[in-house]
Amino acid sequence: MSATPANPARGHLLRCGPGESLLDVAKYQATGGFQALRKALAMPPAALIDEVKKATIRGRGGAGFPAGTKWSFLPKDNPKPRYLVINADEGEPGTFKDRYFLEQDPFPLLEGIAISAYAIGAHTAYLYVRGEFVRGIKVLEDAVEAMRKAGALGRSVLGSPFSLEIIVHPGAGAYICGEESALLESIEGKPGRPRNRPPFPAVAGLWACPTIINNVETMACVRLVLMHGADAFLAMGLPKDGGPKIYGLSGHVKRPGLYEAPLGLSLRTLIYDFGGGTIDDRPIKGIIPGGSSTPVLGPDALDVAMDFESIKAVGSMLGTAAATIFTEGTCPVAVLLRISRFYAHESCGQCTPCRDGTGWLERIVESIEHGTARPGDCDVLLAAANQIMGNTICALGDAAALPVISFVNRFRDDFEAHIAGRGCPYGAA
Amino acid sequence: MALAFTPEVDREFDRIVRRYPNRRAALIPTLILADREFGYLSREAMDYVAKRLELPAAWVLSTATFYTMLRKRPTGKHHVQVCVNVACYLKGADQLGDHLKKRLGIGFGEVTPDGLFSLEGVQCLAACGTAPVLQVNGAYHEDMTPEKADALIQSLRTAPAPGGATSGPGGAV
Ligand SMILES: Cc1cc2nc3c(=O)[nH]c(=O)nc-3n(C[C@H](O)[C@H](O)[C@H](O)COP(=O)(O)O)c2cc1C
Ligand code: SF4
Ligand code: FES
Repeated sequence: MSATPANPARGHLLRCGPGESLLDVAKYQATGGFQALRKALAMPPAALIDEVKKATIRGRGGAGFPAGTKWSFLPKDNPKPRYLVINADEGEPGTFKDRYFLEQDPFPLLEGIAISAYAIGAHTAYLYVRGEFVRGIKVLEDAVEAMRKAGALGRSVLGSPFSLEIIVHPGAGAYICGEESALLESIEGKPGRPRNRPPFPAVAGLWACPTIINNVETMACVRLVLMHGADAFLAMGLPKDGGPKIYGLSGHVKRPGLYEAPLGLSLRTLIYDFGGGTIDDRPIKGIIPGGSSTPVLGPDALDVAMDFESIKAVGSMLGTAAATIFTEGTCPVAVLLRISRFYAHESCGQCTPCRDGTGWLERIVESIEHGTARPGDCDVLLAAANQIMGNTICALGDAAALPVISFVNRFRDDFEAHIAGRGCPYGAA
Repeated sequence: MALAFTPEVDREFDRIVRRYPNRRAALIPTLILADREFGYLSREAMDYVAKRLELPAAWVLSTATFYTMLRKRPTGKHHVQVCVNVACYLKGADQLGDHLKKRLGIGFGEVTPDGLFSLEGVQCLAACGTAPVLQVNGAYHEDMTPEKADALIQSLRTAPAPGGATSGPGGAV
C-alpha cells in the first residue's frame, strides 16, 4: 500500500487542509466567489431547480434523498412564506465533515444557501448549528456580516431584486435535533421532539410554512453544480450518484481525517491509501461505514465502493460516509456498548418502543460486556432490536436497532464467549 | 438582588429577539445567553428570561430542561467535557477520562471543592478524526493524551477567569 496519500485532502469541496482556513470575503470574491450565485440569479428559479435535479445531488445529511426532487415537493399555490433550513447539527457519531465548512471555509456554504433560497423562493434561511460549535457559530456570524457588506445578502442580493437574510441559530445539546422535524421544533423554541408525518416539512414545516431542510455539504454541492454545470458535476462522481463527496476516517488508522474523492471511492483506498493503513498494521476487524447508526461491515467489504447503492447492496448504508475502523484485538461488545449508550441517552422519549427499547438494548449489551448476561440473551437482544425497527415516529429508533443487529450477527462468537466466560475475554469491561 | 442583564448583554438580547418573527423562537439563543451570563440557569434565571420574552414560565422550563448544554446546576469555573463516544473510545477516551478523574479528584458530574473544575462525559463532539477530544468552556482540545491533559489543567489553574471569545456555554452536570 502506498505510503503517501493519493489525495492531498483538497478538491472541490475541501478547499483547505487541517489547520488552514479561508475566512476573507474579499479573497473569496477575487477567486471566483459569488460567480455561481450571480449565474443563478440570472436564471428563472424553475430552470435552476431543473439543473439541480439533473445533477441528482443526493442529500449529504445521511438519507441520500435527491435535493432537486425534495425542492419540487413545495406546494405551488401556498401563499405563506417559504423557509430554507440548513442542518448543521452534525451529531451522528463518527461524523465531522460539516464542521470543516463552519470553522474553515464558510463562504461556499453561504453561497450555496443563497442559490438554494433563490431557487425555492425563500427570503429567510435558518442555519441551525449545534451549540457545541462555539467557534463555528462565531465564524458563521462574521461571514454572514461580511457577505452582507459585500452586497451578497440583504435587500438586494448582488444588485438583483432578490432579498435574503441568513440567520445563524444555535442548538443547545440534543442529538435528536439533527432529525429534521425535531430541528424545526427547536428553532420554534420548543423541546426537540420529532413530528408525525405527514404533513412533510415541504408542505407544513417551520411555523407550518413550506420549508426545505438540507445538509451543509448538500449546499456546497449546489454551488458546485452552478459553477460547473450539472453534467460536469455528475462527471465528478458516478453516473447515478453524482458529484464529489467528503469522506471521514476515524478509529484505528494511521492518518484519520477528512478526504475528498468522487462518490464511489473504495473502502480500501480510503483506509490504506488516504489513511495510510491501520495502526501497527493490524488486520481490520470491523468497519462502521457511515456514522454509528450504519450496520458494521467486515474486512471482506474492503473493495465495496462507498456510494449509496453499493453500500446498500452489502447490507449497510453510506450514511454520512464517515468510516470508523477498528482492528483485531478490539472487543466488539465494548464498541457496541458506546453506541447503544448513545442512542439510549439521546432518545427523546416520545414513543414507547424507542424510549424503553433503547434502554433495554443498552442494559443487555452492558450485561453481556460485564459477564452478567444469561445464555440466550443474544436472541433477546435481537428480538428487542427488531421490535423497535419501523415502529417509531422518527428514524432514531432504527438508528439504535441497526448497529445492535449487525454487531450481534457479525460478531456472534464474541458475544457468546462473553456470556459463556462470564466476562470480557479482551479485558475491555 | 434580582437577576438582570447588563446593558451590554441587553443589546445582544435585543439583537437576538429582533431577528425572529416571534419571541418564542428567541428562547434557546437567549437561554444560552442567560446561562453564560449567570453561570447556570437557576429557576430565577429561567423566570427572568420568561419575563423578558413574555412567555409562560412552563414553556421556558420545559425547553431549558430538554437541552443538555443548558446548565441547570453550577459547574466549575473550567468545565471539562470529555467525549466518550465510539471514535474517541477507540483512541483511548476511557484512559483519558480516568486520568482526569484521578488528577482532579472528582468523577463525571462533579465539581472540585475549590469550584475551579468540573468534569463531564459527553457524546460525540464531531471531532472524531482528531480523537480523543475534550472541550473546556466550549473550546476544543483535540488529539489529547494524558500528558497534554496534565499540561492543559496546569495552564487553566493559573489562567484568568474564562470570558470573551473562548468562553461558551458549558454542559449540564
Ligand atoms: C436521529 C437523526 C439525526 C439526524 N442528524 C442529522 C444531522 O446531524 N445532520 C444532518 O444533516 N442530517 C441529520 N439527519 C437527517 C435529517 O433528518 C435530514 O434528512 C437531512 O438534514 C436532510 O438533508 P439532506 O437531504 O441535504 O441530506 C438526522 C436524522 C435522524 C433520524
Ligand atoms: S423514535 Fe425515539 S427519538 Fe424518535 S420520536 Fe420516537 S422516542 Fe423520540
Ligand atoms: S466520537 Fe468523540 S468526537 Fe466523535
